[in-house]
Amino acid sequence: MTGIPMEHGLILAVILFSLGLAGLMLRRSMLFVLMSLEVMLNAAALAFVVGSTAWNQPEGQAMFLLVITLAAAEASVGLALMIQLYQRFRSLELHEVSRMRG
Amino acid sequence: MELGFYLSGLVAVLATVGLISGSSPVHAVVYLIVSLIAVALVFFALGAPFAGALEIIVYAGAIMVLFVFVVMMLNLRPEAKRDPLWQRPGYWLGPSLLALVLLVALVALIGDGQAGMTIDGELITARDIGLTLFGPWLIVVELAAILLLAALVTASHVGRRNKPRGNRNRGGTR
Repeated sequence: MTGIPMEHGLILAVILFSLGLAGLMLRRSMLFVLMSLEVMLNAAALAFVVGSTAWNQPEGQAMFLLVITLAAAEASVGLALMIQLYQRFRSLELHEVSRMRG
Repeated sequence: MELGFYLSGLVAVLATVGLISGSSPVHAVVYLIVSLIAVALVFFALGAPFAGALEIIVYAGAIMVLFVFVVMMLNLRPEAKRDPLWQRPGYWLGPSLLALVLLVALVALIGDGQAGMTIDGELITARDIGLTLFGPWLIVVELAAILLLAALVTASHVGRRNKPRGNRNRGGTR
């Protein structure tokens, strides 16, 4: 068993982060924007865990717990905003709310 | 271990590509669940079983169920017929190019780093993480508790159901 180079784990995290960023910029629907944000947070958490296992220290996984808490908070607030958006505009398209009105 | 890492990473990348290129909301949610479970398998292959179990329980089990419930509650339809922009290359070329440039820059930075470390798959158990978390990192636990409380208050305030007639005049000048 030779082990996995740390760079490969980091490159996987970077690929996932870039895919999430591309989805964030590409999609117009708020559901897809929220899911792309989840992918990006997940990639950051993966980078933390890769660092933790490379150095054999548990601090990275404690940070992973904090990232997962942040993702849960972000998802709950984002989904509540999405429900409000759908109730007011009957659509999830983000360009519907680009106009400011009281 | 290596085989599990590379196969799970490939599955995660492919599922994420399916997520950002699909048009059906339910399919996208299922793609995201597959991607998260693949990342959890990557954690298991790296020797972090506690993080992998938490990824499955909290991410794939709790957060994604929330997404599935919202998609079912709003009864969303695939946006294929009202999104003809997707067929035009000018629409997706710019963002993809930007993300690709960022990817190349980050990979070049990682390649320049000369870290030279290998992950030998030694287990980091839940005991070590708990000792870290409730010893020197106790303030992080309390910050997470405050964050979750703030998210709870915000979600229950923002997500309340308005009366369909009443909310037109609320906050307005009429």
